[in-house]
Amino acid sequence: MPTLTLIQAVNDGLKVSMRQDESVLVFGEDVGPKGGVFLATEGLTAEFGKARCFDTPLSEDGIIGTAIGMAANGLRPVCEIQFQDFIFPAFDQIVSEAAKLRYRSGGQYTAPMVIRTPYGGGIRGGLYHSQSGEAYFAHTAGLKVVIPSTAYDAKGLLLAAIEDPDPVLFMEPKALYRHEKGEVPEGHYTVDLSTLRTVREGDNVTVFCYGSMVPVVEKAAAKAAEQGIQCEVVDLRTLLPLDEQGVLDAARKTGRCVIVHEAPRFCGYGAEISAMIAENIIEYMEAPVRRVTGFDTPFPNTLEHHYLPDERRVLDAIEEVARY
Amino acid sequence: MVPQVIQLIDESGSAVSQLPDLGKDRLRAMFISMLRVRIVDGRMLTLQRAGRIGFVGTSTGMEGAQIGSAAALKAQDWLWSGLREGGAAVMRGLPLAEYVAQMYCNANDTAKGRQMCNHFQHKGSNYPSWSSVIGTQIPHAVGAAYASKMRGEDVVHSVYFGDGATSSNGFHSGMNQAAVWKVPAVFVCVNNGWAISVSAKAQTAAETYAHKASAYGMPAARVDGNDAVACYATMQAAVERARKGDGPSLVVLETYRIMGHSSSDDPSKYRDEDEVAGWIAKDPIQRLEQYLTSQGFLAEGEREKIEAELLAEIDTVIHEQEAAAPMALKTLVEDVYATVPGHLKRQYNDFIEVAERHGDAQPGDGAFPL
Ligand SMILES: Cc1ncc(C[n+]2csc(CCOP(=O)(O)OP(=O)(O)O)c2C)c(N)n1
Ligand SMILES: [Mg+2]
Repeated sequence: MPTLTLIQAVNDGLKVSMRQDESVLVFGEDVGPKGGVFLATEGLTAEFGKARCFDTPLSEDGIIGTAIGMAANGLRPVCEIQFQDFIFPAFDQIVSEAAKLRYRSGGQYTAPMVIRTPYGGGIRGGLYHSQSGEAYFAHTAGLKVVIPSTAYDAKGLLLAAIEDPDPVLFMEPKALYRHEKGEVPEGHYTVDLSTLRTVREGDNVTVFCYGSMVPVVEKAAAKAAEQGIQCEVVDLRTLLPLDEQGVLDAARKTGRCVIVHEAPRFCGYGAEISAMIAENIIEYMEAPVRRVTGFDTPFPNTLEHHYLPDERRVLDAIEEVARY
Repeated sequence: MVPQVIQLIDESGSAVSQLPDLGKDRLRAMFISMLRVRIVDGRMLTLQRAGRIGFVGTSTGMEGAQIGSAAALKAQDWLWSGLREGGAAVMRGLPLAEYVAQMYCNANDTAKGRQMCNHFQHKGSNYPSWSSVIGTQIPHAVGAAYASKMRGEDVVHSVYFGDGATSSNGFHSGMNQAAVWKVPAVFVCVNNGWAISVSAKAQTAAETYAHKASAYGMPAARVDGNDAVACYATMQAAVERARKGDGPSLVVLETYRIMGHSSSDDPSKYRDEDEVAGWIAKDPIQRLEQYLTSQGFLAEGEREKIEAELLAEIDTVIHEQEAAAPMALKTLVEDVYATVPGHLKRQYNDFIEVAERHGDAQPGDGAFPL
């Protein structure tokens, strides 16, 4: 099996999909001859031609608005928003249109499409090339929100997203694009949406995370193990719709939970996990739930390594929850 | 109808039309500003390659467009910028030390190291902080121009943006509202041929970028952007029109991005080297140099002398900025609101406890009293 980086796995997934389904199109800013600013779409125009992989004018609203029309009329658009930070000019099209077309038409019209976009910090991009906006979208009924953290999942989840009948926001952790490598099967396979992945098993503390935070949590869990604290590490993978049973089972297993994301804390995705635990299984809890997150501030530049949850802050929370 | 491209000095450096009376000193000042832009860009690229700074978006080949046009603004006027107008800011008063501090995103940076490199601001010369989100500054300039108009001030708001930005939501709403309100604004589209890898021809089906103005009900001019003096004269007319209360207009500066989009871009993947070579031959600095020399405003060999001075100037500044103090950690939670709210103080205090334990904190970084 070839070993690919996360971004190569995305590229491979796009190619596999385009080879098997002529209705799949890829478009966005700089995705054509340049192959995307991170090279996710490298080689697609060469292989599939300009009608199926092309550059658009600089309008996110235009990209996503037209994708909805294509999807409503039989195509499978997989559009790219160059940085998740630049998705907001299209917020209306995503939230009011893509997410609601099925509902408002009583299922007569639908928008099966994928919006791929790199998110998160770690590249010294400052406040407009680093954001993690998943909570805005996870708050949107009608949308699916998927975030892979491994090369294997990136390809399998992307293929599942493209084949899904509903609009999917596919957020790619750019910090892991080249750092995350793994074996990726050739050809077609899918990873079911709405299933979480157990990264590491343990009986003492459960740590929920996704995307770029998964390797950070894995390192912290390895350190915790040296002190005899065994962590159950859970990669949520699909934030909406969430594998709720999987979350509750993992939380109940240890009765001690930490949630890690780089997005701000207030009304962040961790709040939902925490509320779900409180509402359903509070009697199994041995300690208060702890969140390790970005600050409730815009994303900094020079101090980004302090803004981002790191191994130390995660370990600190694990120890605190274990000791409680 | 295709609007004619205004040119006053041709590619060989000869005047082909009546030039504005700028005088020797102002022309030389423009020339030196253009050279400074090129030299600073070169130094910034070197620093980027050496890993000292993160990102550079150069103005190479666009110095005449930028400096010539901005030279037509008065001190009280505003310049709402895009990525590449830092050199105009320096000409209008941004200290070079602040420019370089911003590139380092260090503790001397007036934006406190929050923005990515190449995102300048200078309150003293009315150069607002730029957002990376393309096109968003366009309606901001219109609103600010409305405010100046309402107060009856003698202030014009110029707003700079690229060919790519003409596809943004902000371009449409900004142009439309400016014309409806007849505000004192000048829209400056720097058509440098590319929006990263998307050519200016693929960006719009309009014959020229100037055509866009007529749909909004405002006049437009197209200028040879590598002719700094034509950029000055055209901009001057647009600015004075706005100043007189005759409303906004669009100025399209036709130029070319010689380098990659930024230090992260490899343009060989999407464009033809011959096209680049053709534009290098139209270099704006060389053109003005030839004109100045022909007028006796610049002596033989003087360019080299000025360049050496400019290099010494930038190197001194770089040296100082290399020695900047570490960024204060409290900047993580400051300026989110006018005062730091309780929840941010608590988040910071939790964080600083871990940071202090690991020896990351400096004196002054300690907890907020709660
Ligand atoms: C809303 C938005 N979308 C995409 C980007 C990514 N991006 C940065 S610069 C750029 C091209 C800008 O081209 P242009 O407006 O012509 O300005 P130039 O860089 O040529 O000066 C793009 C697509 C962005 N910054 N903002
Ligand atoms: Mg451009």
